[in-house]
Amino acid sequence: MIILWTDALIYLLLTTAMVSGFFLRNYEGLKRPLNKIAANKSAMVSMIILLFFVAIGLLDSLHFKAEGQRASGIISVLDYCTQPLWQQTEKTYSAPFSAYLYSKAYITQANGFQSWGFPRLKFGGSHLLNPEIEKTADVLIKLIVGLSKGFVFCISWVGLRALCLAKKAGQIRLQVRPGFMGITIIIVVVGLSGIIELSTYYHILGTDKVGEDVFYQTIKSIRTGLVIGSLTTFIMLPLAVVFGILAGFYRGWVDDLIQYSYTTLNSIPSVLLIAASILMVQIYMVNHPELFTNLESRADLRLLFLCLILGVTSWTGLCRMLRAETLKLREMGYVQAAKVLGVRPIGILFQHILPNVMHIILISVVLDFSALVLAEAVLSYINVGVDPSTYSWGNMINGARLEMAREPVVWWPLIAAFVFMFILVLTANLFADAVRDAFDPRRNQHD
Amino acid sequence: MTKRVLSVQGLSVQFQTDNEKVLVVDDISFDILESETFGLVGESGSGKSISALAILRLLPRSAKMSGKHVFFKEKDLLTLPETSMCQIRGRRIAMIFQDPMIALNPVKSIGHQISEVIKIHFELSSSEIQSRVLTLLRQVEIPSPESRIGDYPHQFSGGQLQRVMIAAALAGEPDLLIADEPTTALDVTIQAQILTLLKSIQRQVGMSLWLISHDLALVSSMVDRVAVMKKGRIVEVAETQQLFTYPEHAYTQKLLAALPSIDSCREEANVTGDILLELKNIRISYPVRKGIFNRIVSHHQAVDGVNLTLHAGKTLALVGESGCGKTTLAKGLLNLIENVEGHIMWAGQNINGLQGEPLRQMRSNIQIIFQDPFSSMNPRMLVGQIIGEGLRSLHPEISSQQRKVEVATLLQQVGLSAECATRYPHEFSGGQRQRICIARALAVRPKLIICDEPTSALDVSVQEKIILLLKSLQQQYEMSYLFITHDLAVVSEIADELAVMYEGKVVEYGPVYQLLNDPRQPYTQQLLKAVPKISVG
Amino acid sequence: MIQYIIRRLMYSIPLLLGVNILTFFLFFVVNTPDDMARMQLGQKHVTEQAVSKWKIDHGYDLPLFINSGKDSFKTITETIFYQKSIKLFVFQFGISDSGRNIGADIKQRMWPSLAVALPALLIGLSVNILAALLMVLFRQSYLEFWGLVACVVIMSISALFYIIGGQFLFSKLLKLVPISGFGSGVDALKFLILPVVISVVSGLGSGGRWYRALFIEEVEKDYVVTARAKGLSETQVLFRHVLGNAMIPILTGVVVVLPLLFMGSLIMESFFSIPGLGSYTIDAINRQDFAIVRSMVFLGSVLYILGLLLTDICYTLVDPRVKLL
Repeated sequence: MIILWTDALIYLLLTTAMVSGFFLRNYEGLKRPLNKIAANKSAMVSMIILLFFVAIGLLDSLHFKAEGQRASGIISVLDYCTQPLWQQTEKTYSAPFSAYLYSKAYITQANGFQSWGFPRLKFGGSHLLNPEIEKTADVLIKLIVGLSKGFVFCISWVGLRALCLAKKAGQIRLQVRPGFMGITIIIVVVGLSGIIELSTYYHILGTDKVGEDVFYQTIKSIRTGLVIGSLTTFIMLPLAVVFGILAGFYRGWVDDLIQYSYTTLNSIPSVLLIAASILMVQIYMVNHPELFTNLESRADLRLLFLCLILGVTSWTGLCRMLRAETLKLREMGYVQAAKVLGVRPIGILFQHILPNVMHIILISVVLDFSALVLAEAVLSYINVGVDPSTYSWGNMINGARLEMAREPVVWWPLIAAFVFMFILVLTANLFADAVRDAFDPRRNQHD
Repeated sequence: MTKRVLSVQGLSVQFQTDNEKVLVVDDISFDILESETFGLVGESGSGKSISALAILRLLPRSAKMSGKHVFFKEKDLLTLPETSMCQIRGRRIAMIFQDPMIALNPVKSIGHQISEVIKIHFELSSSEIQSRVLTLLRQVEIPSPESRIGDYPHQFSGGQLQRVMIAAALAGEPDLLIADEPTTALDVTIQAQILTLLKSIQRQVGMSLWLISHDLALVSSMVDRVAVMKKGRIVEVAETQQLFTYPEHAYTQKLLAALPSIDSCREEANVTGDILLELKNIRISYPVRKGIFNRIVSHHQAVDGVNLTLHAGKTLALVGESGCGKTTLAKGLLNLIENVEGHIMWAGQNINGLQGEPLRQMRSNIQIIFQDPFSSMNPRMLVGQIIGEGLRSLHPEISSQQRKVEVATLLQQVGLSAECATRYPHEFSGGQRQRICIARALAVRPKLIICDEPTSALDVSVQEKIILLLKSLQQQYEMSYLFITHDLAVVSEIADELAVMYEGKVVEYGPVYQLLNDPRQPYTQQLLKAVPKISVG
Repeated sequence: MIQYIIRRLMYSIPLLLGVNILTFFLFFVVNTPDDMARMQLGQKHVTEQAVSKWKIDHGYDLPLFINSGKDSFKTITETIFYQKSIKLFVFQFGISDSGRNIGADIKQRMWPSLAVALPALLIGLSVNILAALLMVLFRQSYLEFWGLVACVVIMSISALFYIIGGQFLFSKLLKLVPISGFGSGVDALKFLILPVVISVVSGLGSGGRWYRALFIEEVEKDYVVTARAKGLSETQVLFRHVLGNAMIPILTGVVVVLPLLFMGSLIMESFFSIPGLGSYTIDAINRQDFAIVRSMVFLGSVLYILGLLLTDICYTLVDPRVKLL
């Protein structure tokens, strides 16, 4: 077991979320907004897809040492599950579902003759004798097999559960009525199963310049996107909340100082600040190679630094909002009443101010997530993002830019990265909208 | 028989929210005759404003209206196409709203907003429009209209803005003017002026006036016929005199009985006793900053040398219009604001400027109840926690078990059931919330409760019950009240002494019976005169 | 008014000082000039002489804050802090690490940046407002619903996709406009069309949604009911009353970025090879030219603070309620 920094923080974040969820499970104030989100179908579909993304990200955040597997010998649980994907590398580019390389080369045939043409792939579609004839049918068959495997899995699971429930209730009658959520989950599981089945025989999204499976790269990039979207907020949140509420509540010199610091930070264009900080981190890493023992931990630390820097540069917006809200709240009747009742300032902060700005914090967290995922791609493009050795959509896009100028065009790595990023960001946006609608009191006035 | 201007038959309005339909106006029918003044009264939420908006088809899109017919002259407003409706709005039927501060566009000059009506409905040259606007402004008695025509809404006082609203409504020369609570947001003395103005203009122009109000007394002096509305239904329509002398419906009778009357002044009460609190030359000022360095150049004197004495177990009422400094004084007294000069003597000790632990210990003596029952409770706390808050902070020695018992007792004392402790504030009505606030203040056994307009956000019938509750609690615990209000009628019901405040100063101070029956200061006289009284005939 | 501006200008001095100290800390304290020199010269096998020569050539051979080797005045002036940071205050950006005059470069490169950014901003603003107005006019209808869906989809797509996709479609396949480059005079137009269109489209999603929210907020206010009660039609209400009020937050949001337009857009300029300040910055980042990055950070802050001041002045012009004292 090897714990990287970001792994530790991700699981810390997960535990925090689960613990606070546990404590708030019976909290009356949450029920109405949560019901509202649950009633929103697009939000629920988005949430299920997001959960699958998160699951992949979490699997990819459990690392262990497996000798002889990689140069560094560190692989994640996800790597372990998808071994065929990253072990079966080709020579160079190959198109999705192709059985041949994308560029011509001399092929040594069985009889010893050499010919000039598209060589067969080592792994993609290698089980076919004559790909030109068999491929389409084979792909369809494999897809159907995969889908039915998933379907059988779902049915048996649903059936088992129904049986258990029926036993518990002492009834023999089976009642299987999957709701809207259940159907969505089944569709996603069945679809995934089809993709998994196909990807064991083909490079479903092709291979890149060094012959690595693009599908594997996009899946690995999920973790990077999630880490940047969530850890950054995790780092930014304490700064924004503490400073924002203190500035609004105490006013005076505390307010002046906090306002001064966020105006100063804000006045530096954020891209430049991020770029400058990342450059400095780079120099630091170059000059202190002894601190970074292997490639993985080095890339991981750079990712962590990126989150840190993004966090430090992005707390100002939320801080300003919280300050304004606190200024409003401290004049509310109940805060004044609490003062008159002799409640100490610390008590007022925790009992009256914090619970009443919680919705702002929550809304800003979910809204920031998608923006950060998009920002990662741009930053990686200008070389101030994640380490070039880290799998990320930004790096994939960056690498694919030159391929667009190639003749014929190599389009699949680019499209794959964009599509996966689009799905993640779109679902995050839809979910964020639902959260905002449910928690923003101004939108609930008429209820 | 006089001709009907408006004839409403079976009008209903329904609001569609996420999961339920709410019937706000339920099958109402009434007529408004030519050049008559028609009154529609009802408590808040009874659907009176919605009916007016429905007739002009100005409802929000989430509302659905239906009905047999709404005839305005010969046209049925329910079926008229939208373009013809635009020609009726402003031109044939005009409307003025409750709060002129938000009902006028803040970034357009008032001249522009009045002339807009003329431009839409009449074809006149710009100079003709200009002179017409000036005439209108003169008609509503805005001083020196020539210089004010280009001013923006924020440069006017509330009363003047309501005059501007009236001018804009008159600009289309309407046959019917709907006035929706036209004076509720204004001070008492201004209310009277606006009503007089409306009445005189109606006589001049000969239009019909539909007055919507929650204030029975105000309606009684203004209108020819009254309709009483309750929960979306019209329960009674009658000639004004008929209604006020022989109310038929039980709800009308209840409303009339709940009306506080200024004549119900207490007998010459005994206002001596132990002195609880003495205010000596209290001055509270806000700094005014200016210049390059944002230096404090002057002070705005919100409270300017107030001397008052409160006796144990008695009620001192503090009366004044908005902005006279009465709430500032209360907050200063509680040490909620800074820059308070003077002596606040409590049991021989000056408590002004007390800090830290001594201040906290003083807290249990003086408590406060706020005007707005909606913002005075943390929406995320249970009622039990809200009431127990003071006990927890000031009496930490009480165990949580004991505290629960105490909270239950308090809830019963203010007329609520003990189960309320496990519910959230939003589940309660305004009156019930105010009871919870009283329980919260009562929890720490204060000797003085400052009541900052505790009833002015409530309906009349609820108002009366809260006053009765306060009175009975006062007798039980021998507390004193500092009762801040703008409503002289309420004062006569509860107070022993009365202080009238004007621009930060106490202009008149003495026993209630004396001030109400024989006011010396012109300002007090003016206030008294402005109080609407039920006057029939 | 004048007093207010003077006060605001004075308030910006500590802000700029803060920015300056922050960047100084970032550039010179986290890593020493020696580290920088090694980075520039290649990490391994760098001799001490090479490092000190690089430092002398680029003026990094001074102490950080106090030069005790010099007399009186020069103990302060002959330091890195004074030479590299304080001089920024008078817009002396100095020489870049590759030996070019940064000030001259900036003067020359800010105009192409503006040529892309200004039309993109203005056209984007009008398109966004138009889209938002349409959605508000047809609120609670299918048009609004699908408009909002389109907005979410548009804002969920990475800006890079618009650029790469746009270049591929319009330049490579359809050959309507050149892929990248820049010209002078009217010639520049054909190079500008694609980047401007792409920035407008990519901003439409979030912009349209945001402006719609502003309009909706205004539409629900009481004065709108008054305006309708006067007999104005729905469109008249929107254009004469709602637009005017909603323009206050919109305009002030735009004014704050106006000065920053000179800085250009980083990715846009680098994709389209526009010789503006954005691509200048990117090149500097890629070449790790700290002198340029530092200058751009400072310039950006100055422009932002200028934008804040302009915003406040703009408020007084469009909102009669605001008076600056």
